[in-house]
This record gives sequence, structure tokens and C-alpha cells, in this order.
Amino acid sequence: MHEATQQVISALSEGFSDVDFSPSPLMDRADGAVGAEQIYVRVPADRLLEVMRFLRNSEACAFEQLCDLTCVDYLNFPKATDRYGVVYSLLSLSRNHRIWVKCFVNDPSPEVPSVTGVWAGAEWMEREVWDMFGVRFSDHPDLRRILTWEAFEAHPLRKDYPLRGRGEREDYEVLTRESR
Amino acid sequence: MSWIDNKFEEGLIVTSLDWAINWGRQNSIWPMTFGLACCAIEMMAVGASRFDIDRFGAGAFRASPRQSDLMIVAGTVTYKMASRLKRLYNQMPDPKYVIAMGACTIGGGPYFKHGYHVVKGVDLVVPVDVYVPGCPPRPEALIEGLMRLQDKIRHQTRAKDPISRVKEEVLN
Ligand code: SF4
Repeated sequence: MHEATQQVISALSEGFSDVDFSPSPLMDRADGAVGAEQIYVRVPADRLLEVMRFLRNSEACAFEQLCDLTCVDYLNFPKATDRYGVVYSLLSLSRNHRIWVKCFVNDPSPEVPSVTGVWAGAEWMEREVWDMFGVRFSDHPDLRRILTWEAFEAHPLRKDYPLRGRGEREDYEVLTRESR
Repeated sequence: MSWIDNKFEEGLIVTSLDWAINWGRQNSIWPMTFGLACCAIEMMAVGASRFDIDRFGAGAFRASPRQSDLMIVAGTVTYKMASRLKRLYNQMPDPKYVIAMGACTIGGGPYFKHGYHVVKGVDLVVPVDVYVPGCPPRPEALIEGLMRLQDKIRHQTRAKDPISRVKEEVLN
């Protein structure tokens, strides 16, 4: 683990002694070596906003930038315990370090707090996660579908959505030359 | 078809007027700056110097539908985009033309069978004048499509077409 990441994690566990962050590498490399420099921490959904504020504002962390916000559906994933993992990828420009935060939620109503209050850029990314995975973001200013049309009901990136779709169609009026 | 079309009896004045109006229209088909997916890259190539659609008077890509005559639907039309596309079409002033460029636009293309989000042909949304097949079509193909559209414009007339004349006679 990098020294900078080490510092972030010790600052985190100092600030939130009651949360089990269980820092682990983001991926196992194909050659068997563990990708030691990319670390993610687990944060429960009810503490997420506090932890994110801390990561954004504290001197030791200073993650000014939310690089990405996405989601993983762990349905039928080996050894997975939860269904959805909302993934936050953070970068500190001033201190030049990164960390990933995963927040696991489950059916029937997966919901995590919105981080738009911490990073304004999270707004559209959260809309995309809502559209594609159906994870709700509480206190989001404008949680509408962003990529599919308004009447669409499914969440197509969920693993249980059929690869061939369910035949949903939008019912718009057909425009002809005469109907103008 | 605009308000002036199919209104008059055929005659020397009308056909000369036709010639002049069609000449003007066919040589200044200004397309709208409107690219949706990979096909738009080929459309840009057509606009650039190597293929140069400006030779046909169609190089002035307008940034506003209010100033454009032609909508080249270049790329995948998703259901979300379809309603926006229809609005853009409605905002264009008459006379207006649509070229459906690429397999996606003509009939859903690679997304025809299983895509949950792609319109199965833009002619389900707006009326299409010329279809240019390909995935993506070569720039030459789009130029060919533009020339066919020019043919179409060249054959427009302000005179009543025979069918509507017969209809009128029968009805009166
Ligand atoms: S027809 Fe082919 S090249 Fe054109 S937008 Fe569709 S996939 Fe892309």
C-alpha cells in the first residue's frame, strides 16, 4: 500500500472509529500479484455522507475531485455478499492520491444518500446509476432518468435484465408530411 | 412541400418560375449540424475538404434548425433522442428535407433485433426523403444521397399535379 493511501486510511479510522472500512485492493492482477496501490474502503450507506464530507474536507485526505461514480451489480458474483456496490472514485489534486469507496446496498429498495452536496458533479452520474441500476439517491435535486426515455420502466444494466430486452417501446405519435 | 406548391395551372410562367425556384433550392440545401453516432464522423468527412459537400451548395452546416433546410440524421436514434429529433424537425422552416443516413437510422441497424433503446427506423418518427444505406455509408454515398435529393427538388413543381387535378374534376 502506498504511503499516501496509508495516511488516508489511518485518518479515516481515527475519524470514524466505529466504522469497519476493511481496506482491500480494488482488483487482483492476472499475474497473481495483488494490485497494491489501488485501495477501496467499504462504507455503510447510513454513514456515507459523513465519510464523504470528511474525505472531501479534511486536511489529510483533501479529495477535491470525484472522478467517477458508478455501480456494480454483484448478482451471482462469486463470494459476493451484497447485490449492488455503488463505487466512488476519488482523486486529490493537491495531494496527488486516490481512493475508491464502495457502498453496498440490497434489494428490495436500494438507496444511498446523494453526494451532490459534496461534489456537485455527482448529479448526472447519480442519475445514470439510477437509470441503469435502479439505485435511488436520497436528497438528489433532480433524480430523473438520463439515458433512457421517461416512460421506460426497467433498469437495463441489472444482471437480471434479459440481454435481448423485454421488448419495451415508446409510444410516440408518428409524424407524417400530412400531419403537420 | 411548401404553401406555394401544387397550387397553379401549368403554363409558361409557372414552369419558368419552377425552374428558378428549384434551381435556388437545390443548390443551397443547408444541413443542420446534427450528428448522433458513428455515422456523424462520415458526415463530418463529407463536410471537410477531401469530399467537400460545399461543391453542391450544402456545406453551410447551420447550428440552428430555424436556418436549415436539411436534416441529415446521421447515427443511432434512441427513444430518448426520438422526441428531441421530432421537435427539431418541427422547428425547421419549410421546405425541409430529411436524409436517413446509415443502417441505424434506416431500420435500427445492429440494434434492430435486441436493442431495447433504439428506434427501428427514423421514418417512424419523421418523414424521410432519401435513405443512404451503409454502416457507416462512405462519404461518396452521402454525396450520392444529396444528389438524389437534388433530383427530387428539381422535379418539384408549383403546378397542380395531374392526380389532384383529376380528383378536383371528379369532385366538382
Ligand atoms: S449505421 Fe453503423 S456507423 Fe452508422 S450510427 Fe449505426 S452503428 Fe454507427
